[in-house]
Amino acid sequence: MLGAELVVDCLLKEKVEVVFGYPGGTVLDLFDAIYKSPLRFILTRHEQGAAHMADGYARATGNVGVCLATSGPGATNLVTGIATAYMDSIPMVAITGQVPTAMIGNDAFQEADITGITRPITKHNYLVKNIDELPRIIREAFQIASTGKPGPVLIDIPKDIQRGHTDVKWQKEIEIRGYKPTYEGHFKQIERAVKAIHEAKKPVIYAGAGIVASEAAKELKEFAEKTGIFVTTTLLGLGGFPETNPLSLKMLGMHGTKYANYAVMEADLIIAIGARFDDRVTGKISEFAPHAKIIHIDIDPTAIGKSVRVDIPVVGDAKMVLTQLNKMVKKGDIDEWVNKIEDWKKKHPLTYKNDGELKPQYVIEMINEVTKGKAVITTEVGQNQMWAAQFFNYTHPRTFISSGGLGTMGFGLPAAIGAKIGCPEKIVFDVAGDGSIQMNIQELATAVCNNIQVKIAILNNNYLGMVRQWQELFYGKRYSQTCLSRNSTCPKECNIPGGKCPQEIPDFVKLAEAYGAVGIRVEKKEDVIPALKKAIETPNTVVMDFRISKEENVFPMVPAGACLREMLDGLA
Amino acid sequence: MKHTISVLVENKPGVLARISGLFSGRGYNIDSLSVGETQDPSVSRMTIVSRGDDAILEQITKQLNKLIDVVKVQDFGDKEFVDRELMLIKVNFNAQNRPEIMQIVDIFRAKIIDVSHTNLTIEMTGADKKVSAFLDLMKPFGIKEVARTGKVAMARG
Repeated sequence: MLGAELVVDCLLKEKVEVVFGYPGGTVLDLFDAIYKSPLRFILTRHEQGAAHMADGYARATGNVGVCLATSGPGATNLVTGIATAYMDSIPMVAITGQVPTAMIGNDAFQEADITGITRPITKHNYLVKNIDELPRIIREAFQIASTGKPGPVLIDIPKDIQRGHTDVKWQKEIEIRGYKPTYEGHFKQIERAVKAIHEAKKPVIYAGAGIVASEAAKELKEFAEKTGIFVTTTLLGLGGFPETNPLSLKMLGMHGTKYANYAVMEADLIIAIGARFDDRVTGKISEFAPHAKIIHIDIDPTAIGKSVRVDIPVVGDAKMVLTQLNKMVKKGDIDEWVNKIEDWKKKHPLTYKNDGELKPQYVIEMINEVTKGKAVITTEVGQNQMWAAQFFNYTHPRTFISSGGLGTMGFGLPAAIGAKIGCPEKIVFDVAGDGSIQMNIQELATAVCNNIQVKIAILNNNYLGMVRQWQELFYGKRYSQTCLSRNSTCPKECNIPGGKCPQEIPDFVKLAEAYGAVGIRVEKKEDVIPALKKAIETPNTVVMDFRISKEENVFPMVPAGACLREMLDGLA
Repeated sequence: MKHTISVLVENKPGVLARISGLFSGRGYNIDSLSVGETQDPSVSRMTIVSRGDDAILEQITKQLNKLIDVVKVQDFGDKEFVDRELMLIKVNFNAQNRPEIMQIVDIFRAKIIDVSHTNLTIEMTGADKKVSAFLDLMKPFGIKEVARTGKVAMARG
């Protein structure tokens, strides 16, 4: 069999439903094999889009996302997408073409050392030097990407390997000597954890993306309900525990709820499950949860003890460890604590000044209402991401899709396309900002051409809003390079959005139309619901340009480097 | 604190880059690193000497273990182990100091492996302290070049 045909054959054997990518010189043979195969292929308009689509598809379905690009610039264009998947532990296989083996190292046309470049941002990567190794490498790549703590794996395939012949076939069973993830929690550690849970007077569960990755939402709910312990989730843990459940504290951290942060800071026991104590969660690390014992359950041993001291480490898969715990736990003596948290929840709900203006928070609330909380939400990065996290009630895993660790602007639209391909029956919204949407706007063409009907809600304030917010709060309101309507006629120093501002570029409604999508401009609060309903009913990709109040901020906010108790609040 | 870590890795291209990239990317120090094949040609042993507090060394060990190409990691820490380093050292000599140099070479059970009119090349092996002490004693004669292999180590017993 030809190397290129073998690659496609292996992908089909790995049950790959769809590949996202872009052709080029060193992958001509692969694309020729794809042409003759039943493999579904989505041609993107940029390789970065392909990587994010594979990522969005993986996050929405739990399957391995696959993307494909040519050597050199094709491969380097995947880099941001691979790094995004790596930071958030998303199962992905990226395949790149490479110049022929004999030319590697000669600075050949479109040559880049992509295994070297992606070494620190992949779980593992391969340069195929011998065609007989191709099937085993592909099997290993899928195995490594999807098991343990998932992550992206890159396979670089030189052109001569694609054109070569071999009789070696794909084999399901393989053994990788240096790779043996631990799934089951150690019995002694589980016993210690149970004891700590029963003794705690003020426990809190802090759940992260590991709940979603290991499909442990059911087990987490059982655990919380059996023990009566409140659950706060990280950004990427959203959906891992239903926010409509009375035990939900919603998100914690920099833009988390006040009650979640208060609870964590006063807790005497933190049960961290599939979360990694990221700096956006902990705030000032030396003052994080000062009274708490910490149980840390994680499949990645390096996550344990990396940033906070841990009293009871449990290395294992969230689902398996929770199943082990659920057999042993009961409710402790925590009534007083429960009352205190209930009180905080009543006193400090998430809120905003809901005046006559069109507020971004209101738009998100209405998306929640109109879709009955059942939509899949992808986000870009910045204020749009935080509002989407705060004001939609996530009830199911894999419904909130966002670049958490890397914070990649331009992620949301391609991720939404990937998610919609994975879950065609669901309504998929990309909550975007007018800044980030422009970073991969070209993928509108991919959506429209392939009839992938995503709904894009641009929260348009003509600013790079999150950076502007920091400039307003911490840099004396000096809006350096964050105004997107600014042009060459503007005064150098300006921090007043107003009537004299130049015409914004681009006109998103016209842009949508140029791409064959539908554009809707919304300027008034009362038009939000009709616009959303129209967007959902329209059998096409729809771009909604919500002209929101320009200087709206995301609150509550823990300033960088401050402790979680020090939350800024725009309402004061 | 200094630690000697022995790492068994797949004997494949790019593995050294993975290990050194891990150290540089995460800001860990490498004092020395040596690599060579083991009795199993598909496996190489790296001996890495690194520095850091307990938390950092724990992370180093865990991060190394996380690499797919790493088969086994052993941090000798304060465990019993033997270690050796090989050094080649080129020193100036003249008629007056030659006997003194040769005497020191004898005491340290080193070997002179090359001689020219103006300099000697000496081979010596030993643990850390011995190698450093020898180097110290050679300084006054004028060291021209030094090549050290870095430490290799094995657990006792």
